Amino acid sequence: MNAAEASGEPGRTARAAHSELWRVAARKLVIAAIFFGGWEVAVRVSGVSPILIPSVEGVFGSFFRGIADLSLIYSTWATVQNLLIAMLVGLAIAVALNIGAFLSSWGREALQTVAAALNPLPAIALLPVAFLWFGASTTSLLFVLVNSVVWAMALNIFTGFSTVPRTIRFVGRNMGLRGLALFRHVYVPAALPYIYTGIKISWAFGWRTVIAAELVFGATASAGGGLGWRIFIDRYNLDTEGTFAGLLTIILIGLAVDSLFRLVERRTIQKWGMAEH
Amino acid sequence: MNAEQLKIEDLAVRFRLGAGELLVLDHISFTVAEGERLMLLGPSGCGKSTLLKAIAGFQPASAGAIRLEGRVVSEPGPDRFVVFQEFDQLFPWKTVRANVADAVRLTRGLSRSEAARRAESVLAMVGLEAYGDFYPHTLSGGMKQRVAIARAWAIEPIILLMDEPFAALDAITRATLQQETVNIWHRARRTLIFVTHSIDEAMFLGQRIVIMGSRPGRIVEIIDNPYVDTRDKPESAALRQRIRDLLTSSAAREAAA
Ligand SMILES: Nc1ncnc2c1ncn2[C@@H]1O[C@H](COP(=O)(O)OP(=O)(O)OP(=O)(O)O)[C@@H](O)[C@H]1O
Ligand SMILES: [Mg+2]
Repeated sequence: MNAAEASGEPGRTARAAHSELWRVAARKLVIAAIFFGGWEVAVRVSGVSPILIPSVEGVFGSFFRGIADLSLIYSTWATVQNLLIAMLVGLAIAVALNIGAFLSSWGREALQTVAAALNPLPAIALLPVAFLWFGASTTSLLFVLVNSVVWAMALNIFTGFSTVPRTIRFVGRNMGLRGLALFRHVYVPAALPYIYTGIKISWAFGWRTVIAAELVFGATASAGGGLGWRIFIDRYNLDTEGTFAGLLTIILIGLAVDSLFRLVERRTIQKWGMAEH
Repeated sequence: MNAEQLKIEDLAVRFRLGAGELLVLDHISFTVAEGERLMLLGPSGCGKSTLLKAIAGFQPASAGAIRLEGRVVSEPGPDRFVVFQEFDQLFPWKTVRANVADAVRLTRGLSRSEAARRAESVLAMVGLEAYGDFYPHTLSGGMKQRVAIARAWAIEPIILLMDEPFAALDAITRATLQQETVNIWHRARRTLIFVTHSIDEAMFLGQRIVIMGSRPGRIVEIIDNPYVDTRDKPESAALRQRIRDLLTSSAAREAAA
Protein backbone atom coordinates (compact mmCIF):
# COMPACT_ATOMS: atom_id res chain seq x y z
CA MET A 1 0.00 0.00 0.00
CA ASN A 2 1.40 3.37 -0.91
CA ALA A 3 1.00 6.60 1.04
CA ALA A 4 -1.92 7.87 -1.03
CA GLU A 5 -3.91 4.71 -0.39
CA ALA A 6 -3.06 4.75 3.28
CA SER A 7 -4.39 8.28 3.63
CA GLY A 8 -7.80 6.84 2.79
CA GLU A 9 -8.69 9.68 0.45
CA PRO A 10 -10.45 8.12 -2.52
CA GLY A 11 -9.91 11.16 -4.80
CA ARG A 12 -6.20 11.29 -4.22
CA THR A 13 -5.78 7.54 -4.54
CA ALA A 14 -7.58 7.53 -7.89
CA ARG A 15 -5.46 10.42 -9.17
CA ALA A 16 -2.25 8.78 -8.05
CA ALA A 17 -3.26 5.48 -9.69
CA HIS A 18 -4.19 7.36 -12.86
CA SER A 19 -0.87 9.16 -13.26
CA GLU A 20 0.93 5.90 -12.47
CA LEU A 21 -1.01 4.28 -15.31
CA TRP A 22 0.13 6.98 -17.72
CA ARG A 23 3.74 6.55 -16.65
CA VAL A 24 3.53 2.79 -17.26
CA ALA A 25 1.93 3.32 -20.69
CA ALA A 26 4.63 5.85 -21.62
CA ARG A 27 7.41 3.46 -20.60
CA LYS A 28 5.84 0.68 -22.67
CA LEU A 29 5.65 2.95 -25.71
CA VAL A 30 9.31 3.83 -25.34
CA ILE A 31 10.28 0.15 -25.15
CA ALA A 32 8.21 -0.64 -28.26
CA ALA A 33 9.79 2.31 -30.12
CA ILE A 34 13.31 1.13 -29.22
CA PHE A 35 12.46 -2.40 -30.37
CA PHE A 36 11.01 -1.36 -33.74
CA GLY A 37 13.70 1.30 -34.27
CA GLY A 38 16.45 -1.26 -33.61
CA TRP A 39 14.79 -3.74 -35.97
CA GLU A 40 14.53 -1.18 -38.77
CA VAL A 41 18.14 -0.05 -38.36
CA ALA A 42 19.40 -3.65 -38.23
CA VAL A 43 17.51 -4.57 -41.40
CA ARG A 44 18.86 -1.53 -43.30
CA VAL A 45 22.44 -1.84 -42.08
CA SER A 46 22.76 -5.61 -42.59
CA GLY A 47 20.99 -5.61 -45.94
CA VAL A 48 19.29 -8.95 -45.11
CA SER A 49 16.87 -10.23 -47.72
CA PRO A 50 13.32 -8.87 -47.14
CA ILE A 51 12.05 -12.36 -47.83
CA LEU A 52 13.70 -13.51 -44.57
CA ILE A 53 13.21 -10.39 -42.44
CA PRO A 54 11.07 -7.59 -43.77
CA SER A 55 11.50 -3.97 -42.75
CA VAL A 56 9.30 -2.48 -40.04
CA GLU A 57 7.98 -0.07 -42.60
CA GLY A 58 6.99 -2.96 -44.87
CA VAL A 59 5.30 -4.89 -42.07
CA PHE A 60 3.22 -1.91 -40.93
CA GLY A 61 2.47 -1.08 -44.56
CA SER A 62 1.08 -4.57 -45.13
CA PHE A 63 -0.79 -4.35 -41.80
CA PHE A 64 -2.55 -1.09 -42.71
CA ARG A 65 -3.26 -2.26 -46.29
CA GLY A 66 -4.90 -5.35 -44.78
CA ILE A 67 -7.04 -3.12 -42.60
CA ALA A 68 -7.88 -0.76 -45.46
CA ASP A 69 -9.03 -3.54 -47.82
CA LEU A 70 -10.72 -5.26 -44.83
CA SER A 71 -9.04 -8.62 -45.60
CA LEU A 72 -7.12 -8.56 -42.31
CA ILE A 73 -10.28 -7.60 -40.44
CA TYR A 74 -12.16 -10.54 -41.98
CA SER A 75 -9.38 -13.00 -41.14
CA THR A 76 -9.24 -11.72 -37.59
CA TRP A 77 -13.00 -11.90 -37.20
CA ALA A 78 -13.08 -15.47 -38.57
CA THR A 79 -10.55 -16.53 -35.95
CA VAL A 80 -12.16 -14.68 -33.06
CA GLN A 81 -15.60 -15.92 -34.07
CA ASN A 82 -14.46 -19.55 -34.05
CA LEU A 83 -12.94 -19.13 -30.64
CA LEU A 84 -15.99 -17.35 -29.20
CA ILE A 85 -18.30 -20.11 -30.48
CA ALA A 86 -16.00 -22.73 -28.98
CA MET A 87 -15.93 -20.87 -25.68
CA LEU A 88 -19.74 -20.65 -25.53
CA VAL A 89 -20.08 -24.34 -26.32
CA GLY A 90 -17.33 -25.10 -23.80
CA LEU A 91 -19.07 -23.02 -21.15
CA ALA A 92 -22.36 -24.83 -21.75
CA ILE A 93 -20.63 -28.21 -21.45
CA ALA A 94 -18.72 -27.08 -18.34
CA VAL A 95 -21.96 -25.95 -16.70
CA ALA A 96 -23.69 -29.23 -17.60
CA LEU A 97 -20.77 -31.23 -16.17
CA ASN A 98 -20.94 -29.19 -12.98
CA ILE A 99 -24.68 -29.76 -12.62
CA GLY A 100 -23.91 -33.46 -12.92
CA ALA A 101 -21.19 -33.11 -10.30
CA PHE A 102 -23.61 -31.29 -8.02
CA LEU A 103 -26.33 -33.93 -8.40
CA SER A 104 -24.28 -37.07 -7.75
CA SER A 105 -20.94 -38.16 -6.43
CA TRP A 106 -20.50 -40.22 -9.62
CA GLY A 107 -20.85 -37.03 -11.59
CA ARG A 108 -18.27 -35.37 -9.35
CA GLU A 109 -15.74 -38.19 -9.79
CA ALA A 110 -16.39 -38.27 -13.52
CA LEU A 111 -15.78 -34.54 -13.89
CA GLN A 112 -12.61 -34.59 -11.82
CA THR A 113 -11.16 -37.68 -13.49
CA VAL A 114 -11.95 -36.73 -17.07
CA ALA A 115 -10.91 -33.10 -16.63
CA ALA A 116 -7.69 -34.04 -14.84
CA ALA A 117 -6.86 -36.49 -17.64
CA LEU A 118 -7.68 -34.24 -20.59
CA ASN A 119 -6.62 -30.83 -19.21
CA PRO A 120 -2.86 -31.43 -19.63
CA LEU A 121 -3.35 -32.87 -23.14
CA PRO A 122 -2.55 -30.13 -25.69
CA ALA A 123 -5.78 -29.84 -27.68
CA ILE A 124 -3.79 -29.54 -30.90
CA ALA A 125 -2.73 -33.17 -30.42
CA LEU A 126 -6.35 -34.10 -31.12
CA LEU A 127 -6.09 -32.73 -34.67
CA PRO A 128 -5.41 -36.09 -36.34
CA VAL A 129 -8.38 -37.63 -34.57
CA ALA A 130 -10.56 -34.68 -35.52
CA PHE A 131 -9.50 -35.12 -39.16
CA LEU A 132 -10.36 -38.79 -38.98
CA TRP A 133 -13.84 -38.15 -37.60
CA PHE A 134 -14.95 -34.91 -39.18
CA GLY A 135 -12.53 -34.28 -42.06
CA ALA A 136 -11.19 -30.78 -42.75
CA SER A 137 -14.35 -29.07 -41.59
CA THR A 138 -15.47 -26.39 -39.16
CA THR A 139 -16.69 -29.23 -36.93
CA SER A 140 -13.12 -30.49 -36.68
CA LEU A 141 -11.83 -27.07 -35.74
CA LEU A 142 -14.56 -26.59 -33.13
CA PHE A 143 -13.94 -30.06 -31.73
CA VAL A 144 -10.31 -29.24 -31.11
CA LEU A 145 -11.11 -25.76 -29.80
CA VAL A 146 -13.83 -26.89 -27.41
CA ASN A 147 -11.37 -29.42 -26.06
CA SER A 148 -8.84 -26.69 -25.47
CA VAL A 149 -11.25 -24.54 -23.42
CA VAL A 150 -13.73 -26.82 -21.68
CA TRP A 151 -11.58 -28.55 -19.04
CA ALA A 152 -10.05 -25.45 -17.49
CA MET A 153 -13.53 -23.95 -17.42
CA ALA A 154 -15.17 -27.01 -15.86
CA LEU A 155 -12.47 -27.43 -13.22
CA ASN A 156 -12.48 -23.76 -12.21
CA ILE A 157 -16.26 -23.60 -11.97
CA PHE A 158 -16.20 -26.75 -9.88
CA THR A 159 -13.54 -25.33 -7.55
CA GLY A 160 -15.47 -22.06 -7.31
CA PHE A 161 -18.68 -23.69 -6.17
CA SER A 162 -17.00 -26.11 -3.81
CA THR A 163 -15.01 -23.39 -2.04
CA VAL A 164 -17.84 -20.96 -1.23
CA PRO A 165 -17.06 -20.03 2.38
CA ARG A 166 -19.19 -21.84 4.97
CA THR A 167 -20.25 -18.61 6.69
CA ILE A 168 -21.48 -17.12 3.41
CA ARG A 169 -23.51 -20.26 2.68
CA PHE A 170 -24.99 -20.17 6.17
CA VAL A 171 -25.98 -16.51 5.82
CA GLY A 172 -27.74 -17.27 2.53
CA ARG A 173 -29.73 -20.13 4.05
CA ASN A 174 -30.39 -18.02 7.12
CA MET A 175 -32.09 -15.50 4.82
CA GLY A 176 -34.42 -18.30 3.81
CA LEU A 177 -32.83 -18.77 0.36
CA ARG A 178 -33.17 -22.27 -1.09
CA GLY A 179 -32.40 -24.01 -4.36
CA LEU A 180 -32.11 -21.72 -7.37
CA ALA A 181 -32.45 -18.53 -5.32
CA LEU A 182 -29.57 -19.60 -3.08
CA PHE A 183 -27.58 -20.49 -6.18
CA ARG A 184 -28.23 -17.14 -7.86
CA HIS A 185 -27.82 -14.85 -4.87
CA VAL A 186 -24.96 -16.64 -3.08
CA TYR A 187 -23.18 -19.41 -4.99
CA VAL A 188 -22.70 -17.71 -8.36
CA PRO A 189 -21.37 -14.37 -7.04
CA ALA A 190 -19.21 -16.13 -4.43
CA ALA A 191 -17.72 -18.36 -7.15
CA LEU A 192 -17.18 -15.50 -9.60
CA PRO A 193 -13.40 -15.22 -9.08
CA TYR A 194 -12.96 -18.87 -10.12
CA ILE A 195 -15.49 -18.65 -12.95
CA TYR A 196 -13.60 -15.62 -14.19
CA THR A 197 -10.24 -17.39 -13.91
CA GLY A 198 -11.72 -20.29 -15.84
CA ILE A 199 -12.78 -18.02 -18.68
CA LYS A 200 -9.41 -16.26 -18.70
CA ILE A 201 -7.41 -19.49 -18.86
CA SER A 202 -9.76 -20.88 -21.52
CA TRP A 203 -9.18 -17.84 -23.68
CA ALA A 204 -5.41 -18.18 -23.31
CA PHE A 205 -5.46 -21.90 -24.23
CA GLY A 206 -8.02 -21.33 -26.96
CA TRP A 207 -6.19 -18.42 -28.59
CA ARG A 208 -3.01 -20.47 -28.98
CA THR A 209 -4.91 -23.48 -30.22
CA VAL A 210 -7.09 -21.67 -32.74
CA ILE A 211 -4.09 -20.13 -34.55
CA ALA A 212 -2.24 -23.43 -34.64
CA ALA A 213 -5.30 -25.34 -35.82
CA GLU A 214 -6.00 -22.82 -38.58
CA LEU A 215 -2.50 -23.29 -39.92
CA VAL A 216 -3.50 -26.86 -40.64
CA PHE A 217 -7.21 -26.59 -41.47
CA GLY A 218 -6.97 -23.54 -43.60
CA ALA A 219 -9.73 -22.00 -45.65
CA THR A 220 -12.11 -24.95 -45.50
CA ALA A 221 -12.59 -24.52 -41.80
CA SER A 222 -13.65 -20.89 -41.76
CA ALA A 223 -15.00 -18.94 -44.68
CA GLY A 224 -12.03 -17.16 -46.23
CA GLY A 225 -9.72 -18.54 -43.54
CA GLY A 226 -8.61 -17.11 -40.24
CA LEU A 227 -5.39 -15.46 -39.11
CA GLY A 228 -3.53 -18.75 -38.88
CA TRP A 229 -4.40 -19.66 -42.46
CA ARG A 230 -3.52 -16.12 -43.56
CA ILE A 231 0.05 -16.22 -42.24
CA PHE A 232 0.48 -19.69 -43.72
CA ILE A 233 -0.66 -18.59 -47.19
CA ASP A 234 1.36 -15.35 -47.06
CA ARG A 235 4.48 -17.37 -46.32
CA TYR A 236 3.63 -19.76 -49.18
CA ASN A 237 3.41 -16.72 -51.50
CA LEU A 238 6.73 -15.46 -50.12
CA ASP A 239 4.85 -12.42 -48.76
CA THR A 240 6.95 -12.21 -45.58
CA GLU A 241 5.66 -8.74 -44.81
CA GLY A 242 2.14 -10.18 -44.78
CA THR A 243 3.20 -13.05 -42.51
CA PHE A 244 4.75 -10.62 -40.04
CA ALA A 245 1.72 -8.35 -40.25
CA GLY A 246 -0.40 -11.40 -39.33
CA LEU A 247 1.85 -12.16 -36.37
CA LEU A 248 1.60 -8.52 -35.31
CA THR A 249 -2.20 -8.80 -35.41
CA ILE A 250 -2.15 -11.96 -33.30
CA ILE A 251 0.02 -10.19 -30.72
CA LEU A 252 -2.15 -7.06 -30.70
CA ILE A 253 -5.39 -9.02 -30.23
CA GLY A 254 -3.74 -10.98 -27.41
CA LEU A 255 -2.66 -7.76 -25.69
CA ALA A 256 -6.06 -6.11 -26.18
CA VAL A 257 -8.00 -9.04 -24.75
CA ASP A 258 -5.55 -9.18 -21.87
CA SER A 259 -6.17 -5.55 -20.98
CA LEU A 260 -9.90 -6.08 -21.33
CA PHE A 261 -9.69 -8.93 -18.82
CA ARG A 262 -7.67 -6.73 -16.49
CA LEU A 263 -10.17 -3.88 -16.80
CA VAL A 264 -13.11 -6.16 -15.99
CA GLU A 265 -11.16 -7.61 -13.08
CA ARG A 266 -10.44 -4.15 -11.65
CA ARG A 267 -14.11 -3.16 -11.87
CA THR A 268 -15.41 -6.36 -10.29
CA ILE A 269 -13.57 -8.91 -8.21
CA GLN A 270 -10.66 -6.60 -7.44
CA LYS A 271 -13.02 -3.85 -6.30
CA TRP A 272 -14.76 -6.40 -4.07
CA GLY A 273 -11.50 -7.63 -2.54
CA MET A 274 -12.13 -11.11 -3.98
CA ALA A 275 -9.16 -11.16 -6.35
CA GLU A 276 -6.70 -13.09 -4.16
CA HIS A 277 -7.68 -16.69 -3.81
CA MET B 1 -45.93 -10.45 25.62
CA ASN B 2 -45.32 -14.11 25.04
CA ALA B 3 -43.54 -15.53 28.07
CA GLU B 4 -42.71 -18.73 26.19
CA GLN B 5 -41.75 -17.42 22.77
CA LEU B 6 -38.95 -19.95 22.44
CA LYS B 7 -39.22 -23.28 24.17
CA ILE B 8 -36.43 -25.82 24.25
CA GLU B 9 -37.62 -29.20 25.44
CA ASP B 10 -35.13 -31.83 26.55
CA LEU B 11 -32.89 -31.20 23.55
CA ALA B 12 -30.01 -33.55 22.78
CA VAL B 13 -27.50 -33.31 19.92
CA ARG B 14 -25.17 -36.14 18.94
CA PHE B 15 -22.47 -36.13 16.30
CA ARG B 16 -21.28 -39.22 14.46
CA LEU B 17 -17.60 -39.69 15.09
CA GLY B 18 -16.16 -42.53 13.03
CA ALA B 19 -17.82 -45.66 14.33
CA GLY B 20 -19.08 -44.07 17.57
CA GLU B 21 -21.07 -41.04 18.58
CA LEU B 22 -20.30 -37.89 20.51
CA LEU B 23 -23.03 -36.55 22.78
CA VAL B 24 -22.54 -32.79 22.55
CA LEU B 25 -25.74 -31.50 24.15
CA ASP B 26 -27.94 -33.38 26.61
CA HIS B 27 -31.13 -32.58 28.53
CA ILE B 28 -31.24 -28.95 27.49
CA SER B 29 -34.51 -27.33 28.57
CA PHE B 30 -35.35 -23.67 29.00
CA THR B 31 -37.78 -21.06 27.77
CA VAL B 32 -37.13 -17.57 26.51
CA ALA B 33 -39.65 -14.74 26.84
CA GLU B 34 -40.40 -12.28 24.06
CA GLY B 35 -38.02 -9.33 24.15
CA GLU B 36 -35.66 -10.99 26.61
CA ARG B 37 -31.85 -10.86 26.52
CA LEU B 38 -30.50 -14.29 27.35
CA MET B 39 -26.82 -15.18 27.54
CA LEU B 40 -25.32 -18.64 27.00
CA LEU B 41 -22.12 -18.74 29.06
CA GLY B 42 -19.79 -21.72 29.27
CA PRO B 43 -16.29 -23.01 28.69
CA SER B 44 -14.92 -23.54 25.21
CA GLY B 45 -16.26 -26.69 23.61
CA CYS B 46 -19.33 -27.05 25.85
CA GLY B 47 -21.67 -26.81 22.90
CA LYS B 48 -22.80 -23.15 22.93
CA SER B 49 -22.41 -22.75 19.16
CA THR B 50 -24.08 -26.11 18.58
CA LEU B 51 -27.06 -25.00 20.70
CA LEU B 52 -27.29 -21.72 18.82
CA LYS B 53 -27.09 -23.54 15.47
CA ALA B 54 -29.86 -25.87 16.62
CA ILE B 55 -32.06 -22.87 17.46
CA ALA B 56 -31.19 -21.31 14.10
CA GLY B 57 -32.20 -24.54 12.37
CA PHE B 58 -28.77 -25.47 11.01
CA GLN B 59 -28.30 -28.37 13.42
CA PRO B 60 -31.02 -31.03 13.66
CA ALA B 61 -31.99 -32.22 17.13
CA SER B 62 -31.12 -35.84 17.95
CA ALA B 63 -33.83 -35.83 20.64
CA GLY B 64 -36.24 -33.31 22.07
CA ALA B 65 -37.56 -30.25 20.26
CA ILE B 66 -37.19 -26.52 19.81
CA ARG B 67 -40.42 -24.56 19.43
CA LEU B 68 -40.65 -21.00 18.24
CA GLU B 69 -44.08 -19.54 19.03
CA GLY B 70 -45.40 -23.08 19.23
CA ARG B 71 -44.01 -24.35 15.90
CA VAL B 72 -41.18 -26.88 15.84
CA VAL B 73 -38.00 -25.41 14.33
CA SER B 74 -36.76 -27.61 11.47
CA GLU B 75 -34.77 -25.40 9.09
CA PRO B 76 -33.03 -22.03 8.99
CA GLY B 77 -35.12 -18.95 8.34
CA PRO B 78 -34.99 -15.18 8.66
CA ASP B 79 -37.20 -15.27 11.79
CA ARG B 80 -34.09 -16.44 13.68
CA PHE B 81 -31.20 -14.45 12.29
CA VAL B 82 -27.62 -15.19 13.31
CA VAL B 83 -24.69 -12.83 13.74
CA PHE B 84 -21.65 -15.06 13.46
CA GLN B 85 -18.24 -14.66 15.05
CA GLU B 86 -16.55 -14.72 11.65
CA PHE B 87 -15.80 -11.42 9.93
CA ASP B 88 -16.59 -12.88 6.48
CA GLN B 89 -20.35 -13.01 6.96
CA LEU B 90 -21.02 -10.01 4.70
CA PHE B 91 -21.29 -10.58 0.95
CA PRO B 92 -18.02 -9.15 -0.40
CA TRP B 93 -19.52 -8.36 -3.82
CA LYS B 94 -22.03 -5.92 -2.35
CA THR B 95 -21.55 -2.53 -0.78
CA VAL B 96 -22.35 -2.08 2.90
CA ARG B 97 -25.69 -0.48 1.98
CA ALA B 98 -26.58 -3.25 -0.48
CA ASN B 99 -25.65 -5.93 2.04
CA VAL B 100 -28.29 -4.54 4.39
CA ALA B 101 -30.91 -3.40 1.87
CA ASP B 102 -30.83 -6.57 -0.27
CA ALA B 103 -31.13 -8.74 2.84
CA VAL B 104 -34.24 -6.77 3.83
CA ARG B 105 -35.71 -7.08 0.33
CA LEU B 106 -35.05 -10.81 0.11
CA THR B 107 -36.39 -11.63 3.55
CA ARG B 108 -39.16 -9.10 3.99
CA GLY B 109 -40.18 -8.41 0.41
CA LEU B 110 -39.92 -4.66 0.87
CA SER B 111 -39.65 -2.39 -2.14
CA ARG B 112 -36.25 -1.10 -3.22
CA SER B 113 -36.83 2.36 -1.77
CA GLU B 114 -38.27 1.13 1.52
CA ALA B 115 -35.36 -1.30 1.91
CA ALA B 116 -32.89 1.49 1.16
CA ARG B 117 -34.52 3.71 3.78
CA ARG B 118 -34.38 0.98 6.39
CA ALA B 119 -30.73 0.28 5.53
CA GLU B 120 -29.87 3.95 6.06
CA SER B 121 -31.58 4.01 9.43
CA VAL B 122 -29.94 0.85 10.82
CA LEU B 123 -26.53 1.91 9.51
CA ALA B 124 -27.00 5.20 11.35
CA MET B 125 -27.83 3.20 14.49
CA VAL B 126 -24.39 1.58 14.39
CA GLY B 127 -22.67 4.81 13.35
CA LEU B 128 -21.81 3.71 9.81
CA GLU B 129 -24.09 5.99 7.78
CA ALA B 130 -21.00 7.40 6.01
CA TYR B 131 -19.86 3.95 4.87
CA GLY B 132 -22.82 2.85 2.76
CA ASP B 133 -20.84 2.86 -0.48
CA PHE B 134 -17.84 0.98 0.93
CA TYR B 135 -17.15 -2.65 0.15
CA PRO B 136 -16.73 -4.99 3.14
CA HIS B 137 -13.05 -5.71 2.49
CA THR B 138 -12.26 -2.03 3.07
CA LEU B 139 -13.72 -2.10 6.61
CA SER B 140 -12.08 -3.07 9.88
CA GLY B 141 -13.22 -6.19 11.72
CA GLY B 142 -15.25 -4.15 14.20
CA MET B 143 -16.97 -2.22 11.41
CA LYS B 144 -17.85 -5.47 9.62
CA GLN B 145 -19.46 -6.81 12.80
CA ARG B 146 -21.41 -3.56 13.14
CA VAL B 147 -22.76 -3.99 9.60
CA ALA B 148 -23.67 -7.60 10.37
CA ILE B 149 -25.55 -6.45 13.47
CA ALA B 150 -27.26 -3.67 11.51
CA ARG B 151 -28.29 -6.19 8.84
CA ALA B 152 -29.65 -8.62 11.43
CA TRP B 153 -31.60 -5.85 13.11
CA ALA B 154 -32.95 -4.54 9.78
CA ILE B 155 -34.38 -7.96 8.93
CA GLU B 156 -36.48 -7.69 12.12
CA PRO B 157 -36.25 -11.35 13.09
CA ILE B 158 -38.34 -12.76 15.93
CA ILE B 159 -35.13 -13.78 17.65
CA LEU B 160 -31.61 -12.48 17.14
CA LEU B 161 -28.88 -15.04 17.69
CA MET B 162 -25.34 -13.86 18.27
CA ASP B 163 -22.41 -16.27 18.48
CA GLU B 164 -19.53 -14.43 20.14
CA PRO B 165 -19.69 -11.66 17.55
CA PHE B 166 -17.12 -9.56 19.42
CA ALA B 167 -14.71 -12.31 20.52
CA ALA B 168 -12.04 -11.48 17.95
CA LEU B 169 -12.03 -7.74 18.66
CA ASP B 170 -9.84 -5.65 20.96
CA ALA B 171 -11.19 -4.86 24.43
CA ILE B 172 -12.15 -1.24 23.73
CA THR B 173 -14.00 -1.97 20.47
CA ARG B 174 -15.71 -4.88 22.19
CA ALA B 175 -16.95 -2.64 25.01
CA THR B 176 -18.22 -0.06 22.51
CA LEU B 177 -20.10 -2.67 20.51
CA GLN B 178 -21.58 -4.17 23.68
CA GLN B 179 -22.89 -0.72 24.58
CA GLU B 180 -24.26 -0.22 21.07
CA THR B 181 -26.03 -3.57 21.25
CA VAL B 182 -27.70 -2.48 24.49
CA ASN B 183 -28.70 0.86 22.96
CA ILE B 184 -30.21 -0.75 19.88
CA TRP B 185 -32.04 -3.28 21.99
CA HIS B 186 -33.63 -0.46 24.02
CA ARG B 187 -34.96 1.09 20.82
CA ALA B 188 -36.55 -2.09 19.48
CA ARG B 189 -36.87 -4.79 22.10
CA ARG B 190 -36.23 -7.96 20.17
CA THR B 191 -35.46 -11.28 21.77
CA LEU B 192 -31.69 -11.71 21.88
CA ILE B 193 -29.77 -14.91 22.57
CA PHE B 194 -26.08 -14.20 22.87
CA VAL B 195 -23.25 -16.72 23.21
CA THR B 196 -20.14 -15.76 25.13
CA HIS B 197 -17.40 -17.21 27.28
CA SER B 198 -16.75 -13.90 29.00
CA ILE B 199 -18.35 -13.44 32.43
CA ASP B 200 -18.13 -9.66 32.07
CA GLU B 201 -19.92 -9.68 28.71
CA ALA B 202 -22.60 -12.00 30.07
CA MET B 203 -23.21 -9.77 33.11
CA PHE B 204 -23.38 -6.58 31.10
CA LEU B 205 -25.67 -7.87 28.34
CA GLY B 206 -27.80 -10.60 29.90
CA GLN B 207 -31.00 -10.24 31.88
CA ARG B 208 -30.68 -13.99 32.42
CA ILE B 209 -27.55 -16.06 32.09
CA VAL B 210 -27.58 -19.75 31.23
CA ILE B 211 -24.44 -21.30 32.72
CA MET B 212 -23.35 -24.35 30.75
CA GLY B 213 -20.96 -27.19 31.52
CA SER B 214 -19.31 -29.64 29.16
CA ARG B 215 -19.07 -33.30 28.32
CA PRO B 216 -21.82 -33.53 27.58
CA GLY B 217 -22.92 -29.94 27.16
CA ARG B 218 -25.66 -29.28 29.70
CA ILE B 219 -27.21 -26.53 31.74
CA VAL B 220 -25.58 -26.03 35.14
CA GLU B 221 -27.80 -23.19 36.27
CA ILE B 222 -29.90 -20.30 34.97
CA ILE B 223 -29.23 -17.05 36.79
CA ASP B 224 -31.28 -13.84 36.96
CA ASN B 225 -28.95 -10.89 36.58
CA PRO B 226 -30.04 -7.71 38.37
CA TYR B 227 -26.85 -5.94 37.27
CA VAL B 228 -27.63 -6.02 33.55
CA ASP B 229 -26.64 -2.84 31.62
CA THR B 230 -24.09 -1.90 34.28
CA ARG B 231 -20.37 -2.52 34.55
CA ASP B 232 -18.29 -3.26 37.64
CA LYS B 233 -20.87 -2.25 40.24
CA PRO B 234 -19.36 -3.13 43.63
CA GLU B 235 -22.54 -5.02 44.60
CA SER B 236 -22.20 -7.27 41.55
CA ALA B 237 -18.96 -8.81 42.84
CA ALA B 238 -20.76 -11.56 44.75
CA LEU B 239 -22.77 -12.70 41.71
CA ARG B 240 -19.66 -12.53 39.55
CA GLN B 241 -17.84 -14.77 42.03
CA ARG B 242 -20.78 -17.19 42.15
CA ILE B 243 -20.76 -17.52 38.34
CA ARG B 244 -17.02 -18.08 38.39
CA ASP B 245 -17.47 -20.77 41.05
CA LEU B 246 -20.20 -22.48 39.03
CA LEU B 247 -17.97 -22.56 35.95
CA THR B 248 -14.90 -23.84 37.82
CA SER B 249 -16.71 -26.41 39.94
CA SER B 250 -18.41 -27.92 36.90
CA ALA B 251 -15.05 -28.01 35.21
CA ALA B 252 -13.55 -29.69 38.29
CA ARG B 253 -16.35 -32.28 38.32
CA GLU B 254 -15.55 -33.13 34.71
CA ALA B 255 -11.87 -33.47 35.49
CA ALA B 256 -12.70 -35.86 38.34
CA ALA B 257 -15.14 -37.87 36.25
N1 LIG C 1 -19.83 -30.97 12.99
C1 LIG C 1 -19.32 -31.54 14.09
N2 LIG C 1 -18.96 -32.84 14.09
C2 LIG C 1 -18.46 -33.42 15.19
N3 LIG C 1 -18.26 -32.79 16.36
C3 LIG C 1 -18.61 -31.50 16.43
C4 LIG C 1 -19.15 -30.79 15.31
N4 LIG C 1 -19.39 -29.51 15.68
C5 LIG C 1 -19.03 -29.43 16.97
N5 LIG C 1 -18.57 -30.61 17.43
C6 LIG C 1 -18.10 -30.88 18.79
O1 LIG C 1 -19.09 -30.42 19.67
C7 LIG C 1 -18.51 -29.85 20.81
C8 LIG C 1 -19.09 -28.47 21.04
O2 LIG C 1 -18.71 -27.60 20.00
P1 LIG C 1 -19.21 -26.09 19.95
O3 LIG C 1 -18.62 -25.47 18.76
O4 LIG C 1 -20.69 -26.08 20.08
O5 LIG C 1 -18.57 -25.51 21.28
P2 LIG C 1 -18.59 -24.00 21.84
O6 LIG C 1 -19.18 -24.09 23.20
O7 LIG C 1 -19.23 -23.11 20.89
O8 LIG C 1 -17.05 -23.69 21.96
P3 LIG C 1 -16.27 -22.30 21.71
O9 LIG C 1 -16.50 -21.45 22.90
O10 LIG C 1 -14.84 -22.72 21.62
O11 LIG C 1 -16.81 -21.71 20.45
C9 LIG C 1 -17.01 -29.85 20.60
O12 LIG C 1 -16.48 -30.93 21.33
C10 LIG C 1 -16.85 -30.10 19.13
O13 LIG C 1 -15.71 -30.85 18.88
MG1 LIG D 1 -18.52 -21.49 19.58
